[in-house]
Amino acid sequence: MRDKLVQLKTEALEQFQQASSLNSLNELRVQYLGKKGELTEILKGMGKLPAEERPLIGQLVNEVRDALEQLLEERKVSLEQAAINDRLSKERIDVTLPGKKVAKGNTHPLTQIVEQIEDIFIGLGFTVAEGPEMETDYYNFEALNLPKDHPARDMQDSFYISEEILMRTHTSPNQVRTMESRKGEVPVKIICPGRVYRRDDDDATHSHMFHQIEGLYIDKNIRMSDLKGVLLAFAREMFGEDVQIRLRPSFFPFTEPSAEVDVTCAVCKGSGCRVCKETGWLEILGSGMVHPKVLEMSGYDPEKYTGFAFGMGVERIAMLKYGIEDIRHFYTNDLKFLKQFNR
Amino acid sequence: MKVSYNWLKQYVDLQGVSPEELAEKLTRSGVEVEGIENRNKGVSQIFIGYVAEKAKHPDADKLNVCQVDVGQAERLQIVCGAKNVDAGQKVVVSVVGAQLPGGLKIKKAKLRGVESQGMICSAKELGMNDKLLPKDQQEGILVLPEEAEVGQDAISYLGLDDAVLELGLTPNRSDCLSMIGVAYEVAAILDREVKLPDLSLEEEGASIEDKVHVQIEAPEHCSKYAARLITGIKLGPSPFWMQSCLMAAGVRPINNIVDITNYVMLEQGQPLHAFDYDRVENGKIIVRLAHPNETIQTLDDIERKLDPDMLLITDVSKPVGIAGVMGGANSEVNVDTVSILLESAQFSGVSIRKTAKKLGLRSEASSRFEKEVNPDAVMDALNRAAQLMITLGGGKVAKGVAVETTKEWKEPTISLRLERVNGYLGTSLEVGQVQEIMRRLRFAAAESEQGLQVTVPLRRQDITREVDLIEEVARLHGYDQIPISLPEGGTTRGGLTDYQQWQRTIRNTLTSAGLFEVFTYAFSDEKVMYDFAPFEAEHKGIPLTMPMSEERSHLRVHLLPHLLETASYNQNRQNNDLSIFEMGRVFLTEEAELTKLPKEKLCLGGLLTGTWLPQQWTNKPQSVDFYDMKGILEMLFATIGAEQVVYRSAENLKGMHPGRTTEILVQNIPVGYAGQIHPELQNKYDIQEAYVFYIDLEKLFPLVKRTNDYTPLPKYPASSRDLSIVVDQAISAGDIEQTIVEAAGAILEDVHLFDVFTGEKIGAGKKSLAFSLLYRNPEATLTDQEVNEAQERVLQELTAKYQAELRM
Ligand SMILES: [Zn+2]
Repeated sequence: MRDKLVQLKTEALEQFQQASSLNSLNELRVQYLGKKGELTEILKGMGKLPAEERPLIGQLVNEVRDALEQLLEERKVSLEQAAINDRLSKERIDVTLPGKKVAKGNTHPLTQIVEQIEDIFIGLGFTVAEGPEMETDYYNFEALNLPKDHPARDMQDSFYISEEILMRTHTSPNQVRTMESRKGEVPVKIICPGRVYRRDDDDATHSHMFHQIEGLYIDKNIRMSDLKGVLLAFAREMFGEDVQIRLRPSFFPFTEPSAEVDVTCAVCKGSGCRVCKETGWLEILGSGMVHPKVLEMSGYDPEKYTGFAFGMGVERIAMLKYGIEDIRHFYTNDLKFLKQFNR
Repeated sequence: MKVSYNWLKQYVDLQGVSPEELAEKLTRSGVEVEGIENRNKGVSQIFIGYVAEKAKHPDADKLNVCQVDVGQAERLQIVCGAKNVDAGQKVVVSVVGAQLPGGLKIKKAKLRGVESQGMICSAKELGMNDKLLPKDQQEGILVLPEEAEVGQDAISYLGLDDAVLELGLTPNRSDCLSMIGVAYEVAAILDREVKLPDLSLEEEGASIEDKVHVQIEAPEHCSKYAARLITGIKLGPSPFWMQSCLMAAGVRPINNIVDITNYVMLEQGQPLHAFDYDRVENGKIIVRLAHPNETIQTLDDIERKLDPDMLLITDVSKPVGIAGVMGGANSEVNVDTVSILLESAQFSGVSIRKTAKKLGLRSEASSRFEKEVNPDAVMDALNRAAQLMITLGGGKVAKGVAVETTKEWKEPTISLRLERVNGYLGTSLEVGQVQEIMRRLRFAAAESEQGLQVTVPLRRQDITREVDLIEEVARLHGYDQIPISLPEGGTTRGGLTDYQQWQRTIRNTLTSAGLFEVFTYAFSDEKVMYDFAPFEAEHKGIPLTMPMSEERSHLRVHLLPHLLETASYNQNRQNNDLSIFEMGRVFLTEEAELTKLPKEKLCLGGLLTGTWLPQQWTNKPQSVDFYDMKGILEMLFATIGAEQVVYRSAENLKGMHPGRTTEILVQNIPVGYAGQIHPELQNKYDIQEAYVFYIDLEKLFPLVKRTNDYTPLPKYPASSRDLSIVVDQAISAGDIEQTIVEAAGAILEDVHLFDVFTGEKIGAGKKSLAFSLLYRNPEATLTDQEVNEAQERVLQELTAKYQAELRM
């Protein structure tokens, strides 16, 4: 019996080793260790043994069973592993093939610039005010200290619809409309983005329609130094932490003092290049302290309140930012142009 | 305004300040210098020469051999090809070793065998702006006046050692339209003295009183008219120094009288006019408005029809000039003129501006009048010109001035509060510093309790209020000196309105779905603008009064024509696959002629054309179709909160394919449409098949729900059933789905169509539709019986309404 057991063990272990699949391994398990398996059959012969031999044989049976089960488990793990490896190798794909296309568009570059500027000023506590693109002469000119026949009207040749109605030449009428609707309350902190229209022949740098963003801040004790501070904060958000701004005296009928605002040239960082015409500066904004007449006409007492206003051309900023050479690209919408602004 | 640096030196000391430095200082303090023109374009070693002899070249008909004295020991022999060269002339000679513009070097040369030791130059060869010279001087060599000194350096004689600063003046700074005005500005910046020209005048002979009478009949248009009489004039060229000043300023020299009036205008800022006294009837000047249908022939020999609001200078019987704009031909100074009636006046800027604009006659004079000239300059300019007419025109000035004044000007006194200055600018200036700035400006400033009482000279008509003075302080103190601060008021909450935020969501959703945003012009062409049906029944295209072209002559009433144009533009550039949208306004009115602002409606237009899914290794290319577009719209509506969206076949929409267009309703309100464009439009714009959508965002926004509703997750399982039916092809899937929803009742959680099938098996004119229905009771587990009953109700209703048959 002992010999039988030893033989069974040797045979079984050899077969376990040779089993090449989980299925055949399972069959072997049944064959040797199942309820009707060979080891069980041997055990059935135990009763015929003399009593003093039984414990010894019993022990041997246990040893054989443990050995078989242990190898069985080891083989099972390794065959499972092999099966997975086999599957993995069969499932191999060419990951360098292109992915399936997912359609993706993007907003217009001018929208992106407008939203960026809006968000900067929203962060500074401004709200966004919009108004009509077609305006009355009163809101577009008169309320902004540009009476009829004022020589400064030449600065902006306009598209008229009738004697009193025209396409707005700037988004400033929104400032007046907002001030009127606020009825003397402060603070007024708005930015006004929108399309504006001027009689220019379309060429690489002129467009009869373009976009502006203007801002207005009215409160008690607003100073020109605050204008500088707010514009510096804006310029740094928009163009980078290290830029400087420079104010140059200028003239706008609706502000006084008025200033053109230059920002350090982003291309050369101020050392001078072709883009900035070797000056190190780029002119990007017009600004100034709101003219007392404008405040008066919109219902704010200029002795009590002061304010500043500023405005910039969106196309100009986009052109500077991306180095776009022709303003007409924004309106002809060549897909090859639009696609480049996908971030 | 062109400012000659050398000329300016007569009025203010510019020692140690180069033209470039001056330009920078002017620009940084508010008078922008747009450019600096060096009048020397690269000329060296040129001298004034005297053509002592001229002989024909022995071997060349067109060449002359000249012996020219340039002040050296020996005369130079110069071969010259100019027609106008002659013995006895003073000319400009570039000697051997000289340089001319363009890098030309003068060398000893032999011309057809004859030695030439230099060149007699034309104005063009010297790099001068010869357009301002008389014709004969343009064509040949430059011939100088008799008094030019032989051997003198011609660079300084010709004024080529000068630079011209081009001022880009803002409308408020018309004071800088004169050399003296610029001198005051420069003096303030540099803190130097202004040197005014001597205005002393020697009057002679009889009084003007009996000879010239001035009468203003339109006092609101003319506040002062002054005239002097100068007799014994000899017309001739003006001296070269004066011509040089005029040319530097871009003014063409004509003769001594005209040149003097121009010179004084440039110096004083006051335009003048010289009449031939003998052609002004009775020496009587009347300033009045034109009579109806009155005409005048102006100096340029054009007959002008006058409007009754145009201001005229007339004598007793006829107009002799259009005030401030142009003189009349009938009183023009000419070679026979001996006596001059010299006018210096102040006309209303508005009146001159209107007249000049209407007649299309803008001149150096009118542009100065338009901006209101300095009232103080009227007499100064008159006297200065009279003085020059004595010295340069050989005239005698009659005693006295014929003058009428209808308005007296007084220098305004403005109080400038120190607290206001600092409160406005954020500075901490002291009263002495402000006073110092006023002193530099030559504004009288007396200290007062709150600051200063400032008296502003009339030459600075732009300064009328305190804030104008604050600006002067700011710019002369320096904008760079203004500190940087942030507003001290409390913080406010910034942000977008719901509507603005919603618009951003629309953009972002559409771009995520593969569309590109475009911007098109708001001006349309009448030939295309009505190609699609608008939302408002009454929509009249609003025309611009003066369009720049036919293509941009009206305000757009619709976005889609512009998107079709964009598609066409792209197809011509090989961009055949295009998915675009625009959010923009259209301009709608019921008025034939606009009396009030139109409605500006924010709309959304989209266009898809070409391939939707490009060919790739996983699939064949797929052309865009109606359902690609509808899928995008369904996603858009879900994202932007449009609920109860119904699509209804629309067969009669202008511009659209009658069988492939849907009207879109949200909560039963039509908000737009979508479909394929009509083949006729496809031809008109020469584009491929295209699908478009058009949505009225203003109508849609109030209908949307901007927040999400939360429902607790279901506790009981759902039960799913399919339903396949056969119906006539004409019956729309939308109607059937609607019926299913109604018939199934509250336990129907979801239904969706998953298959459409036609073919022989189904029968001609029939189609099979398969729906998947999901049932659930939130309160309890559904029994089979409940679900079966619901399915039965659905089928019965479909059979009753559409003769639907269950497909096994
Ligand atoms: Zn640069």
